[in-house]
Amino acid sequence: MLKINGETAEAVGVTVEAHLKENGYSTDRVAVMVNGEILPKSDYAAYKFADGDEVDIVGFVGGG
Amino acid sequence: MENKNDILNIGGHEFTSRFILGSGKYDPELIDAAVKHAGAQIITLALRRVNSFNGNILEHIPEGVTLLPNTSGARNAEEAVKIARLARELGCGSFIKIEVIHDSKYLLPDNYETAKACELLAKDGFIPLPYMYPDLNAARDMVNAGAAAIMPLAAPIGTNRGLATREFIRILIEEIDLPIIVDAGIGKPSQACEAMEMGAAAIMANTAIATAGNVIQMAEAFGNAVKAGRMAYLAGTGRVLDKASASSPLTGFLSE
Repeated sequence: MLKINGETAEAVGVTVEAHLKENGYSTDRVAVMVNGEILPKSDYAAYKFADGDEVDIVGFVGGG
Repeated sequence: MENKNDILNIGGHEFTSRFILGSGKYDPELIDAAVKHAGAQIITLALRRVNSFNGNILEHIPEGVTLLPNTSGARNAEEAVKIARLARELGCGSFIKIEVIHDSKYLLPDNYETAKACELLAKDGFIPLPYMYPDLNAARDMVNAGAAAIMPLAAPIGTNRGLATREFIRILIEEIDLPIIVDAGIGKPSQACEAMEMGAAAIMANTAIATAGNVIQMAEAFGNAVKAGRMAYLAGTGRVLDKASASSPLTGFLSE
């Protein structure tokens, strides 16, 4: 079990790249943080979600 | 008449427009037209958790417009630095509007934490634009911390209350040798114009436009007001007297 954007997800062992693709994200339009650390884009293909990970997928939204 | 030689330089980047448009609280479909009608060359954005079905705001921003992500949501310097680095991961340049707020009622920025974030981000290669309460000593701290411009608030965020901090912004304009970009609280084009007449380098507005009856028309009105104010500042505004001074000749009256 892990959390992605605050919600429980069944994705242990899934790579970041696969998760983003599967969920319709464009990798160049998001940044990913795992357990509070920024994950470099070059690691998206290799990094597999681990049990207990807290993942944030962030992007730009409207703001002042 | 646009003066192409009147350049706004922020951290070595040159702009001919002095109006910065916010992108919050209105339909992203209107952003493209609002940018064009306002003549804006810089637009602010926020960084948040996103779902793939949120749509992408970048698709609505015209080519060549400089993105100015903010660190809204940061409650201290450390969080601001993290948000700035995440924004940089998105590959949209080095500009960052530092916004550190932990007061939910008035959304007033924490100048001390903002200066700390400014120093860390400047050292990390960012072009930091700190959003701050217009305090001269704190503004000097921002300068020493490597700020590229200072963004003092006119009134609390989203209030449309206008230049409530007028006298203190005036002091920053006088004393700080960086562009002073008045940000937050500007509710009407006339207020933007007044700040520009005072010598502000630029104006940033979001809520005034987002909550207007017609977003695109108001964006254009702001663009025009900022240009008018800048031109008046460059021209040098006329003197103020206590008593009347006739504008028409006082000789050659018909009754003479």
